[in-house]
Amino acid sequence: MRFTHKTTKDTLTLSLTGELDHHGAAATRKAMDAVILEQQPKKVVLELKDVHFCDSSGLGLLMGRYKTALTVGAVLTVKEPSPPVARIMKLAGLDKLIKTERSVEV
Amino acid sequence: MSAVKERKKAAKAVESFTLTLAAKSSNEGFARTIAAAFAARLDPTVEELADIKTAVSEAVTNCVVHAYKNSRGKGEIRIKGQIFDDGRVVFEIKDKGCGMEDVEKCLQPLYTGDPEGERSGMGFTVMESFCDKLKVRSKPEKGTTVVLTKRLGGNV
Ligand SMILES: Nc1ncnc2c1ncn2[C@@H]1O[C@H](COP(=O)(O)OP(=O)(O)O)[C@@H](O)[C@H]1O
Ligand SMILES: [Mg+2]
Repeated sequence: MRFTHKTTKDTLTLSLTGELDHHGAAATRKAMDAVILEQQPKKVVLELKDVHFCDSSGLGLLMGRYKTALTVGAVLTVKEPSPPVARIMKLAGLDKLIKTERSVEV
Repeated sequence: MSAVKERKKAAKAVESFTLTLAAKSSNEGFARTIAAAFAARLDPTVEELADIKTAVSEAVTNCVVHAYKNSRGKGEIRIKGQIFDDGRVVFEIKDKGCGMEDVEKCLQPLYTGDPEGERSGMGFTVMESFCDKLKVRSKPEKGTTVVLTKRLGGNV
């Protein structure tokens, strides 16, 4: 799992690539939090179109970053979740808590 | 009579493997990839393969995160895979870790025994919904065995 970040105006976008499992989450969550805390954005967007595997540890990572965003007063949304991400978010009902943006409606 | 006999005939395992892995997070991806490669012999759909990968990943991750939480770096996971002639693939994921006091409680959606660990508590729920059958045997201080069964569309 890798991620890149970019900032435009008040929005911090974190783009994740690879397999979002416990191993990947443990290796990247601190670095993600560091960027959120440093930039203090109004909005955090997690772009998840290139996450080709996601299990319940991935859900833990999403909820964790949602909470980190809240501590700086930012709202976290998910952008273009890949099928494995969308499926597991729905199973856990996380799609009701975290707003999802899609460029094409499905 | 013969029809009853026919129905009672036990399915036969036609393929199998056993794999022992160190309980390290770097082995989570390896374990689910092996499981998917094994199940590929039954010509599963892409969706079915994703189900197997995810369910096995959950079981293996639990061994890494929970079973050996008090013995970091030490501990083994044994994975046994079997394909039966009725089209089922079965994975048994076994550890000799701390075990569970109350399996029923652990199976509940959103329950986690590690609230500090950024866990979602959805591992068993994922295993249950991505497989046809989930069996958990566990004994405190002895370890845990999780058995995942999935019936695949095609035949051997
Ligand atoms: N192999 C195991 N050994 C010991 N305890 C386990 C094992 N697997 C699961 N558990 C217990 O069951 C709980 C629920 O597991 P799970 O549904 O995967 O959620 P999570 O891993 O997010 O906590 C765990 O938090 C842990 O307390
Ligand atoms: Mg788990």
